[in-house]
Amino acid sequence: MLEVSGLSVSYSGIRALKDVSLTVGKGEIFALIGPNGAGKSTLLNTLSGMVQAQTGHARFDGVELIGRPAHRIARAGLIQVPEGRQVIAPLTVRENLELGRIAAGTRSGDRNALDRVHDLFPVLAERRTQLAGSLSGGQQQMLAIGRALMGAPRILLLDEPSLGLAPVIVREVFDALLRLNASGLTILLVEQNAKLALETAHHAAILEMGRVVMRGTAADLAHDPLVVDHYLGRTEETA
Amino acid sequence: MLAQQLLNGVVVGSVYGLFALGFTLLFGVNHIMNMAHGAVFMWGAFAGLFAVTMFDLPFAAALVIGAVAGGLLSVVLDWVAFRPLRKRNAPEFSAIVSSIGANLILLSLAQQMTATRVMRFPFDTFPIRFYEILGVRVQLLQLVIMAVVILTVVGLVWYLQRTNAGRQIRAVAYSEGTSRLLGINPFSINFQVFFLSGALAGVAGVLIGLVFNSVHFMMGEPLLLRAFVVIILGGLGSIPGALIAGLLIGIVQVLTVSYLSAGMADVVVFSLLFLVLLARPTGLFGSASGGAARVARQ
Repeated sequence: MLEVSGLSVSYSGIRALKDVSLTVGKGEIFALIGPNGAGKSTLLNTLSGMVQAQTGHARFDGVELIGRPAHRIARAGLIQVPEGRQVIAPLTVRENLELGRIAAGTRSGDRNALDRVHDLFPVLAERRTQLAGSLSGGQQQMLAIGRALMGAPRILLLDEPSLGLAPVIVREVFDALLRLNASGLTILLVEQNAKLALETAHHAAILEMGRVVMRGTAADLAHDPLVVDHYLGRTEETA
Repeated sequence: MLAQQLLNGVVVGSVYGLFALGFTLLFGVNHIMNMAHGAVFMWGAFAGLFAVTMFDLPFAAALVIGAVAGGLLSVVLDWVAFRPLRKRNAPEFSAIVSSIGANLILLSLAQQMTATRVMRFPFDTFPIRFYEILGVRVQLLQLVIMAVVILTVVGLVWYLQRTNAGRQIRAVAYSEGTSRLLGINPFSINFQVFFLSGALAGVAGVLIGLVFNSVHFMMGEPLLLRAFVVIILGGLGSIPGALIAGLLIGIVQVLTVSYLSAGMADVVVFSLLFLVLLARPTGLFGSASGGAARVARQ
């Protein structure tokens, strides 16, 4: 579904990604884990067209993404939920969701998208006339995901969806992601909480200093002694 | 006497508000200080004037032509003066400098074209008719101007608040990056915002040209300076702020001219600006983050 090969990105002279390759299969949850500054967000931003790659390819169902403008990529069905939610604060919840519809374009005339988002996150229906900026962090994360779903994504990219949320809300958000995946949605997840990510995903890759240092099924990685040492032990402490 | 002057002030001030609205819209959404906004206003006035003098069109058509001409000129300005800078991520200051240059070019062209003459609308452009309302003499033109300003503002607010396109503009004003992730085409938004901004200036140009019955190449310059006062007073990027501050400046100016002296108008207007900024550094309607429409672009 999504094939990344030999991707390298530099920002103002610093190589943020070095020769990154990975494949996300249709219908799976793929997790990218790794420490702060490893390049996880850069990779997502490159795929969604916000950051330009110097070399390499990213093919989405055979279509090259590199070099395409961000809004075209979103309209092709690769939709990113950005880090820190980024809801449009001065607009209402309903208006934010309506904005999400733009990405669907002519690809899908799904009139039930709003109902399905409301089913998934009932709080968004309750608060539809409220300004997005007045929602709690967890509600904003739900809004950001709901907004992306309005665009009928073929693959959903999530950047640190658990960041800054209380554990009970994180559980709620991840349960929603699992339900979406069960109904067939492909998900590429960037997450610092490695334990949570490996529990949720089918496949995963570990990014360090801009390189993929390990990849495999989530179950294998979760039992790898190095991963346990470096990632799972530490997340337990900070979680 | 006072009521009469207040009316005159409201009429002039509402047109200032319209002019400032276009300026503040561009600032609110695109974070651009368009120093050529006065030239767009002036060319809009000329377009309306030529529609009347050369093609014998009625006043209403002159307004529409002034709006379209202002809108298109503003879009061309974007292509020539702003877009190349945006592509290279130039700092905001570069856009100010490049629009000052564009302003000079547009002024010189108008000066060449008119041989520095002041041009006037023909006498029969608009019927001169007066009404007595509560002891105040009201010109038909004044009523029509206020109606045009109200309709234009209502139309603009409706477009921004109630249409799909307007929602996208507000989203881009808040965060261009997030908007792109949602599939919003930034080029289309830029086009709309520049066109709307220029069209507002063009309408204001035709109206001011009629009110003072004078159209000349320098007519936009004092207005640009006053528009600064208006938008700073009203709060950068704030639409209601631009309108209310526009009215206020118009009234203060007219009252100063009639009760003190014409030369004192700018002194009073700018003193007012100082006083308001001392009390409220973000303007009357501006928030700490910089106004209703304008929030940091990401």
